[in-house]
Amino acid sequence: MNKITTAKEALSHVKDGDTVMVGGFLQCGSPEYLLSEFVGHPARNLTIVNNDMGIPTSSLTKILDAGQVSDLICTYIAQNEAAQRMYKENPACLHINPQGTLTERIRCGGFGIAAFYTPTGVGTVVEEGKEVREFNGKKYLMETALRGNVGIIRASVVDEFGNCYMKGTSKNYNAAIATACDYVVVEADELVPVGAIDPDLVTVSGIYINAIVVAPKEDK
Amino acid sequence: MDNKNFIAKRVAMMLSDGDVVNLGIGVPQLVANHIPEGITIIIHAENGIIGAAGRAPEGEGTDNVVDAGGTQITTAPGAQFISSTDSFGAIRGGHINATVLGAMQVDERGNLANWCIPGKRMGGIGGAMDLVAGAKKVVIAMEHTAKGNPKILKECTFPLTGANVVDVIVTEMGVMEVRPEGLVLTEIAPGYTVEQVRAATDAALVVYDDLKVMDIGE
Repeated sequence: MNKITTAKEALSHVKDGDTVMVGGFLQCGSPEYLLSEFVGHPARNLTIVNNDMGIPTSSLTKILDAGQVSDLICTYIAQNEAAQRMYKENPACLHINPQGTLTERIRCGGFGIAAFYTPTGVGTVVEEGKEVREFNGKKYLMETALRGNVGIIRASVVDEFGNCYMKGTSKNYNAAIATACDYVVVEADELVPVGAIDPDLVTVSGIYINAIVVAPKEDK
Repeated sequence: MDNKNFIAKRVAMMLSDGDVVNLGIGVPQLVANHIPEGITIIIHAENGIIGAAGRAPEGEGTDNVVDAGGTQITTAPGAQFISSTDSFGAIRGGHINATVLGAMQVDERGNLANWCIPGKRMGGIGGAMDLVAGAKKVVIAMEHTAKGNPKILKECTFPLTGANVVDVIVTEMGVMEVRPEGLVLTEIAPGYTVEQVRAATDAALVVYDDLKVMDIGE
């Protein structure tokens, strides 16, 4: 059960037409090394799931610019010129979700729930085309679960089994995406032996992780 | 005191000890600087902190501790880091006492539009729709007009963030509560007349005899 591999090998699991979930919230917890290695990957017509499509310096921007991506599922793209350009060329490529709806769709995708009812978006454009149902006198929208073919996430400390400790606010989408994809690769800031992370501090269990790629130390 | 801090201070006075509060960008962020003495509020950052504090000192912050704008911040004693899933669970689950947000438009029925101007650059929804749907109290803190044009309308024309979600609007001109009978001007800022507030407001304002002066203390 050796999960430690290279970026190239791990990313070879991405195929044409795949849905790829990418962890991170702006620069926080973004798997920048794996994304940098993903630029120019041969797979096309990808659907990327990410909160904001990254800050301008993120390699995610280069992936969008390289024409690898056909659809964006996200909550917010104000900071991202590549996403803006894709939206201008083809508004239908952009699937904006409320943030709590996107993260819950991913959670449900990972936890065996097909759909859920949320009060978020009732009476707005988000409601269009969705079932509206009343519970206890209050309206809710039905939203469906979301799964990915490949998940690309980042953790601060990873053991060789794949148990992840995600510092601070880097848990963001990384924790849920780990459970919601057929193949999950984690970028490890630091790799440690199995047993080196206190079980109380494991953010995401290694049972969800298929591959571990150690990020080269950044020059700082 | 400038208009923005005047508004923020009045909003801060509406909070109670122990409230969990989410502050949007702009004027709402200033609320944190005006919390009354003896009151502790817990600031929720929707990207994953219960107990957020101010901007990290230069060189001491980390990209692993940021607020919803990506700014490196610090945490208050007793804070917890949570995932996005848990953070939005806290919002929808009614565990946030108040959210303070800005608005592009707000109307007399409590409809709010603050995420999209048709035909302009696409920003996105972010966490705003969840906050207005889930927070127990929705406070709009903003300047009364935009370049002289009313932002408080009979009916919003931009795409809504939420329908019938706003509880109270605080501007440099006064405090307005959304009630079943309409938008009620409950407080007026010193130096303004009701006629002046009405002239700057597209929505119909209900004014009762118990209209108070907007007092922010020292």
